[in-house]
Amino acid sequence: MNLNATIIGQMIAFAIFVAFCMKYVWPPIMAALEERTKKIADGLAAAERGRHEQELAEKRAQQVIHEAKDQANEIISQAQRRGNEIVDESKDTARVEGERILISAQAEIEQEANKAKDELRTQVGSIAIAGAEKILGREIDKKSHTALLEELVSRI
Amino acid sequence: MASETLTSTEYIRHHLQNLTFGQQHDGSWGLAHDAAEAADMGFWAINVDSMFMTLLLGGLLMWFFRSVAKKVEAGVPSGAQNFAEWVIDFINDSVRGSFSGKNDMVAPLAFTIFLWVFLMNLMDLLPIDLVPEIAKFIGSNVFGMDPHAVFFKVVPSTDPNVTFGMAFGVFALVMYYTIKIKGVGGFVGELTLQPFESKNLFLKILFIPINFVLEFVSLIAKPISLSLRLFGNMYAGEMIFILIAIMFSAGAVMASLGGVLQVGWAIFHILIITLQAFIFMTLTIVYLDMAHHEH
Repeated sequence: MNLNATIIGQMIAFAIFVAFCMKYVWPPIMAALEERTKKIADGLAAAERGRHEQELAEKRAQQVIHEAKDQANEIISQAQRRGNEIVDESKDTARVEGERILISAQAEIEQEANKAKDELRTQVGSIAIAGAEKILGREIDKKSHTALLEELVSRI
Repeated sequence: MASETLTSTEYIRHHLQNLTFGQQHDGSWGLAHDAAEAADMGFWAINVDSMFMTLLLGGLLMWFFRSVAKKVEAGVPSGAQNFAEWVIDFINDSVRGSFSGKNDMVAPLAFTIFLWVFLMNLMDLLPIDLVPEIAKFIGSNVFGMDPHAVFFKVVPSTDPNVTFGMAFGVFALVMYYTIKIKGVGGFVGELTLQPFESKNLFLKILFIPINFVLEFVSLIAKPISLSLRLFGNMYAGEMIFILIAIMFSAGAVMASLGGVLQVGWAIFHILIITLQAFIFMTLTIVYLDMAHHEH
């Protein structure tokens, strides 16, 4: 238990250990600790930002859904209106077409009837002539009696 | 047990003697064979066991933390890094709590002091005869020494040289920073112009010697109290372990009582060794903080 040069040895060893620690041990570990602190802080800030953004996005989504609903409603009512219009239009067209078909059919019928009438007249005329020929027993001069025959035909 | 061949007194003395290397009476250099020879060697002798243990423990400490520092990462820590970060965080918090200046050296200094002193103190919990017996075996078989002359104090902090060495190291830093920050004038002023102050020039001059005596004592008390506190606590603790160890050779009843005492004292000592390391570190931080502050 004597005080001796061990004191000096201890001071040197102490200085060397402190210097070593100061240069090679403390800075890297502290740097890592600080980096992690920063990382965690950044992470928390990012999480906070994310939550905020999510809230905003939710709000935006609500808005978009609302708008979409409005649009959809509008489109549906437009479509209904348009549908009604189309139905009305087609009703009109159908009526007009029907009338047109009716008219043309009537015209055709009339035409056919007239044609039939004309044919009938002609045939009646020839039958009358043939009858008359038989009755008279001689040839009728077609040319001289055409006017008479015409009159007869028109009277039938 | 060593006490089978030694008396109790010799056993205690053997445990309290350092393995000293120095110049002997005949002029040759060698290890002291007993306490008287070691004392005769004077200042220029060295305690081989203290130096060996402190360098071994300090080396282990630095090796461990250096190996952690090499592959430290800021991601998720694991294993040794967890432990190292826990220790470093604790010390960093202590430094931040007590040291208000800006100095990158204080935290590593506090770290080295705390863990180094802690490891030195921790040697107190090793079985008291274990390392000395190993040293005796190696000394007598490898180096051909007289077995009774192989002294080995395992706890370096029971050697005042070790504690004074560290305390003077701290004191040198305190002086360096005091003069660096306050200048020589500031340092001298701190020594002579307080605690008694006066506006009157005559009184001021009259107070200078009184102030100087008071302040000088308090200045010198810093390293002395720092080292003697640690030394005293560890020396006393070691002494009690030695006394308990003597009980083991005094019959079955005493031996079992000694066993109980040994366990009890060891558990209590865990508190002391940690506390003393912490006090040494905290006082170092506080002294350096005072050196950085102007009054």
